[in-house]
Amino acid sequence: MMAKKGDWVQIHEVVLKPHERTANIPEDTKKVPLEMWVKGFLNHDAKIGDTVEITTLTGRIVKGELVEINPSYTYGFGDFVPEVLQIGITLRNILKEGDGRE
Amino acid sequence: MSKDMSYQAVMARKNEIMKRAVGIDYSVFETGRISFDYERMMRETGYSLQEIQNIQSSVGVGNTPLIELKNLTKLVRKLAPKGKGARIFIKDEACNPSGSFKDRRASVSVYHAEKLGFKGVVAATSGNYGAAVASQAAMRNLKAIIVQECYDSRKIGQPEILEKQRKCECLGAETIQLSVGPELFYMFLRVLEETGYFNASLYSPFGIAGVETLGYEIAMQCREKIGKDPDVVIATHAGGGNVTGTARGLRKAGALDTKVYGASVDLSGLHMASDHDFNRKSFTTGHTGFGIPFATWPDRSDVPRSAARPLRYLDRYFTVKQGEVFYITEALAQLEGIERGPAGNTSLTAAFALAMEMDEDQVIVVQETEYTGVGKHHLSQLSFARKNGIDIRFGNPDEEVAGKNIILPEHPGLIKAREVDLNKLRRSYIKNCIEINKVESLTKEDIEFLAQDTKTDDDFVIEALKELGVKIE
Repeated sequence: MMAKKGDWVQIHEVVLKPHERTANIPEDTKKVPLEMWVKGFLNHDAKIGDTVEITTLTGRIVKGELVEINPSYTYGFGDFVPEVLQIGITLRNILKEGDGRE
Repeated sequence: MSKDMSYQAVMARKNEIMKRAVGIDYSVFETGRISFDYERMMRETGYSLQEIQNIQSSVGVGNTPLIELKNLTKLVRKLAPKGKGARIFIKDEACNPSGSFKDRRASVSVYHAEKLGFKGVVAATSGNYGAAVASQAAMRNLKAIIVQECYDSRKIGQPEILEKQRKCECLGAETIQLSVGPELFYMFLRVLEETGYFNASLYSPFGIAGVETLGYEIAMQCREKIGKDPDVVIATHAGGGNVTGTARGLRKAGALDTKVYGASVDLSGLHMASDHDFNRKSFTTGHTGFGIPFATWPDRSDVPRSAARPLRYLDRYFTVKQGEVFYITEALAQLEGIERGPAGNTSLTAAFALAMEMDEDQVIVVQETEYTGVGKHHLSQLSFARKNGIDIRFGNPDEEVAGKNIILPEHPGLIKAREVDLNKLRRSYIKNCIEINKVESLTKEDIEFLAQDTKTDDDFVIEALKELGVKIE
C-alpha cells in the first residue's frame, strides 16, 4: 500500500536491541527489544514496510518503518461479560429487603 | 559532533538533562548524608495554596462536587453490625477538564513551564496524567509530548492504556508509544534533551502542591455539608502524590484529626516490567506494583528528590482485589447512578469495607473518581482479561490470584480492605535509604529526617538502624 508525502502515518522503530537493554529486567523482557511507535506526517512517498522519515506534531523528525496509514483506534468494550449484569440485580435485592425502599 | 545516544550515555547525562528540564537545583536542599529539607523544597519551589487555587480556577480545575453515596451507605448498614456503617462521600474528580484529579497536578506544572518560557512539556505516563498534561498544555498553547508504555512485544495493549493514548492525541498531544520496560525513562530523557521542553513530572513540588487543593476542598466541603471534618479520607495510592498532596491540603485546612488512609489494588505476584505479565493485570495504576515500591523508595521517580512521600502521611494502608474494585465500580453505577472508571474506585472499594467497621456517625471520604468510557470501563477491562485467559467468576475474593483469575464477590459482604503493615514498609524504606545511598553511619539530622519521612519517632528509626548494623554519630 502506497502512502503519499503529507499523509498521517505511524512508524515503528526498535529503540534498544535485546542485548542493549538494562540488566535489571525480567528474563522474558530481556529476550525482546524495546520498541517504539510514533505518529506524524510522512516526509516523502513510501509504501508500508519502507524505512521512512516523518515530522511529528511537535516538529520532531523521526525515522522508522512505515506500519500504518491513517492509524485508527480499534479498542472497544469487547465481548459482553454477563456476570456484570448480576451485580446490580443482587445489590438492589439486598437493599429492598427489610425497609422495602418504599 | 553528534551526541552519543546509547542507553549508557544518555543515562549518564541524566542529572544535567533533569536540572535543565525541571528548573530545580535539588542539591541546595540536601542536608545530612541521606536527609534533605523537604518542607523547604516545597516552600521555595512550589506555590502557596492560594496561588494554586487561582491557577486552577483560571483553567476550570478543582472545586469538584462532594457527593454523599446514600445507597452504598445504606447497603453497608444492611451488612454491618448494628450501630456500624459510616457515611461514605466521594469527591467527584472526574468533573475536572480532562476527567481526573491529575488536572490539579498538571495545572501547576504547565503553568510553571509557561512562566519559565518553555515551548512545551513532556510527561512519562500511561495514566490519566497524560491527558491532564495534554489538556493543560492545550489551554496554555504549549506543545505536549506524552511518553507511554503501551504494548507488549506482540503489540497488544490493554483497552485502558489505548484509550489514554487516544485521549492524549485528541487533546492535541504527541504520543510516543513504547513496549514494556523501565527503559521508558531513557526515551523520556532523550525527548527532553532533543526538545528542550519542561519535564512535567508527577513528582516535582509543583505536581504535589497541585493536589493540596483537593485535601483542602474536602475539609471545607465537609464542614459546610456535615458541620465537621471527616474522620477518614482515603486515597488510591500508586506513586504517592495523591496521598501526599491530599494529606498536606487537609493539614493546611486545619483538619488535623482526620486520618489519611491509602488503598491499592493487590497485584502481588505480577512483575511490572515483565513482557508476559503486562497484559495479565487488569489495573494499570493504583496497584501494589507502584504502591509498595514508591512507598519504600520514593526517590525512584523521574526527579532526584520526589515531592511525593507517602510514608510521611499514611495512617493506614490497605489492599483490595481486582474483582472487588470491578464489583464496586458496577455498584457505583447501579446504586448511585454515577458511572466512573474502575482504577479511580480502588479507594472506594476499601472505603466500602472500612465503613462496615466504622460507627454510624462517622464519615469516610473517598477523594477521587476518574472518567470512564470505551477502554476505561470495567466491561472493556474484564472482556480483555477473559480474552487473555484470565478466569472470571463469582466467588470469594480472598481466592483471587492476580494474573490467573478475577473473582467477583458472590456477596458484597465478602469485600475486604486488607491491611498492609506500615511498620514493615517503613523499615524497608530505611533499609533502602542505607543501601541505595551506600552509607555506613548516619547523623542525628538523618535520623530526624527518617523519623519525619516515616511518620515515626527517633526510637523507631534507631531500632531499625540497629537491625541493619548502621552506626549513629
